[in-house]
Amino acid sequence: MNKTIYMDNAATTATRPEVLEAMLPYFGQTFGNPSSIHGVGREARKAVEAARKQVADSIGAEAREVFFTAGGSESDNWAIRCACAAMAKKGKHIITSAIEHHAVLHTCQAMEKEGYRVTYLPVDEDGLVSVKDVEAAIADDTVLITIMTANNEIGTIQPIAEIGEVAKARGVLFHTDAVQAIGAIPVNVNDLKVDMLSMSGHKFHGPKGVGVLYIRKGVRISNLIHGGAQERGFRAGTENLPAIVGIGKAIELAVAELPEYAQRMTALRDRLIDGLTAAIPDIRLNGHRTKRLPANVNISIRYLEGESILMRLDLAGIEASSGSACTSGSLDPSHVLLAIGLPHEIAHGSLRLSLGMDNTPEEVETVISELPKIVKNLRAMSPLTPEHLR
Amino acid sequence: MYSEKVMDHFANPRNVGEIADASGSGTVGNAKCGDIMKMDILVENDVITDVKFKTFGCAAAVATSSMATEMVKGKTIDEALALTNSAVAEALDGLPPVKMHCSLLAEQAIHAAVEDYQKKHAKG
Repeated sequence: MNKTIYMDNAATTATRPEVLEAMLPYFGQTFGNPSSIHGVGREARKAVEAARKQVADSIGAEAREVFFTAGGSESDNWAIRCACAAMAKKGKHIITSAIEHHAVLHTCQAMEKEGYRVTYLPVDEDGLVSVKDVEAAIADDTVLITIMTANNEIGTIQPIAEIGEVAKARGVLFHTDAVQAIGAIPVNVNDLKVDMLSMSGHKFHGPKGVGVLYIRKGVRISNLIHGGAQERGFRAGTENLPAIVGIGKAIELAVAELPEYAQRMTALRDRLIDGLTAAIPDIRLNGHRTKRLPANVNISIRYLEGESILMRLDLAGIEASSGSACTSGSLDPSHVLLAIGLPHEIAHGSLRLSLGMDNTPEEVETVISELPKIVKNLRAMSPLTPEHLR
Repeated sequence: MYSEKVMDHFANPRNVGEIADASGSGTVGNAKCGDIMKMDILVENDVITDVKFKTFGCAAAVATSSMATEMVKGKTIDEALALTNSAVAEALDGLPPVKMHCSLLAEQAIHAAVEDYQKKHAKG
């Protein structure tokens, strides 16, 4: 069997060899606790602060505005829960979108149970949030706007800088989940005018289990994790030293290589979209055609169910993902696909191919030749397939 | 997460298709939920001599459809009506708990096809 073709980079990426190499000394050799006074502790502290600077430099922040966490979900939970708690006197209203990652969506739902009012802004058929809708939703008691930079399923990139402008003018705190955006599009906290930003190391070839919450100087926030004085008292727990070194190295490489990476991915992405659209009847591209992450392809294949497509692809050595109910672990297909207006049966037949730095034009051609065969085969089995496609 | 038998029936499903002059057919499930099964049976002297299915759904839905057709082929209609979802799941060496409803759908599709046959037969 040929080597597998991995096109699920939006789920996770391989840790780069350069990153792994940078991390290795911090397991056995320089294993110290960054809070310790002695030599090995001081070495560990130096490594944490160097990584903090690498992250800060990559997003236009100051080192003291970068806080390490255990991942994107913790960063989102912390930003939403604890920035709101610190603003309790001002009010209890949060504005978000209908297509956020569950780390944001479910946190907002939990806040509703605690007495907060949450506005879930709709999106258009391309998955775009309207800046006017954001502005119109702001009330006297609005304490936080949280809108993702780019969507993890359909790749649509939101007008974050414009929303940031509105938030700033109206004096409302603005958080963005940039988990999918870091390393894929330019992200600068000042250009985007965000007050808080979440990221996750393993989405850009860093290790799993480490993330960052950027918190702009002056923003008041309480603790999510209480305990020791790590992260200047804002996030307790002994630092995940090797992973922190890893995320620093990974973001430095990703940002340095971004122009070349984005250009290469965009070409592969567009070839994949064009090739599949030409080869398979009755499919549609989900997400905006151009305001789109360079490595994201998301299509709905009518008359089919996503898990079947995924498993057939897997048997053919191609690894991807879907927004069907059977893959989400619930009875409903992805909330993102429903929010862009897809009927249930078309949402069930979605397929996400998320490219990465290791994908080649040859692999893209393999997918373009293999997928139509799988679709034809499964459609022959589906009672929904119209006569002319059988 | 799936047994080898499930993967086998998913990758090489048995009895896919339709029967033009079916004695009975049944369709269960709905596209909204992501599962539709259509079963056609051919009955001669109370025995199911042929059965075909078409399924829109996940791997478990396809595999249970395929297994269910194998289990009722050559059986009497009473034997087919006695088919249970747990027997289908068992024959596939089990299904993940979240996929058990797929086996229920296979049982219902077979029953629907047999009941359709019985209805037509009673009239005729």
